[in-house]
Amino acid sequence: MIKYLNPSYIFNLTGKILNLVKFFIIPIVIVGIIFSLFLSPEDYIQGDAVRIMYVHVPAAWISLLCFGTLSLLCIINFIFKIKSMSLVFKSLAPIGLTFNIIAILTGSLWGQPTWGTWWEWDARLTSMLILMFFYIAFILSYKFIKDPINSSKISTLISLAGLINLVIIKYSVIWWSTLHQPASVNLAGETTIHISMLIPLSVMLLAFLLYSALIFLMKYRIETIRVKRKGLK
Amino acid sequence: MLNIKTKNRILIFLSIFVLSIILTIFLLKTLRNNVLYFYSPSEVSKSDENSLKNNIRLGGMVKPGSVETDNNEIKFIITDYQKEIIVIYQGTVPALFAEGKGVVAEGKLQDKKFFLAKRILAKHDENYMPPGLKESMNQNVK
Repeated sequence: MIKYLNPSYIFNLTGKILNLVKFFIIPIVIVGIIFSLFLSPEDYIQGDAVRIMYVHVPAAWISLLCFGTLSLLCIINFIFKIKSMSLVFKSLAPIGLTFNIIAILTGSLWGQPTWGTWWEWDARLTSMLILMFFYIAFILSYKFIKDPINSSKISTLISLAGLINLVIIKYSVIWWSTLHQPASVNLAGETTIHISMLIPLSVMLLAFLLYSALIFLMKYRIETIRVKRKGLK
Repeated sequence: MLNIKTKNRILIFLSIFVLSIILTIFLLKTLRNNVLYFYSPSEVSKSDENSLKNNIRLGGMVKPGSVETDNNEIKFIITDYQKEIIVIYQGTVPALFAEGKGVVAEGKLQDKKFFLAKRILAKHDENYMPPGLKESMNQNVK
């Protein structure tokens, strides 16, 4: 168990995974772009605007996934005080924020031709914007509070409040009447996206996940090197 | 196995967690009506006149066969399959506006059966499919 928490062991392991990710990412991104831009059909009422979904939906999912993981790690770190954990969530937060902003911007681009508006204050859109502020607050909490004990307490609180917001984002389209449509892909229930559109969506999700993994691993390794240099290990 | 400090931290965490969940539930209960993006025709007919004097949003389905256009003015019925409200609007509608599809109208209620819209938004549902498939589905229905 101790062996797997050893920073130099993790550093070597992440190097190997990083090479694997680098090998797979370019072909998958190319396949994803070909599928979503050329091979997939247009929608029966939206037309070509449906192609925005292949960026919007994976980006939104990844931003939720990042925040969920980050909150869990924060809570584990708060209870068990595992030092290397803070490196993990420091590397995760900027990725989640980037994808959150991408999801909001592409959603806005999609909303204009379909709904007839760039932005509306409905529950899903607003809660997604609030998630963005949680990400920003989280990043600021470890950038500007130098004392690691204080900053870990504050960032845990922020991530906890954000965790509740995640539940609100997920169920906002079910609990309240919103302009945003309900989920089309349901693991438990019926999926209402035709298979010819589901394939590009899954490939793009894989591509985005690999990209996040790439950035995460690179950032994590940089943070590790930085800590080693300071001699804080 | 766990030492006292760790146990204490678990307790602190759990109490903050439970407290914040209770707080959120109360907050959402109070905000319930503000969070609603639009009212359905049934909700409009149930609520009292005074609360609907301001601008509101009304949402539902465009009743098939109810759309009438007459130089720049469009008249249609919003339904939730229980109650219906007639909507009048001047201007252009979004491309996705169609009979039998979701719509949100922003404007003022004249009375409980009549709505003057200032803005029309089309609502998209969760179904995504290619055009050929939709036509063959329609033929199957016929």
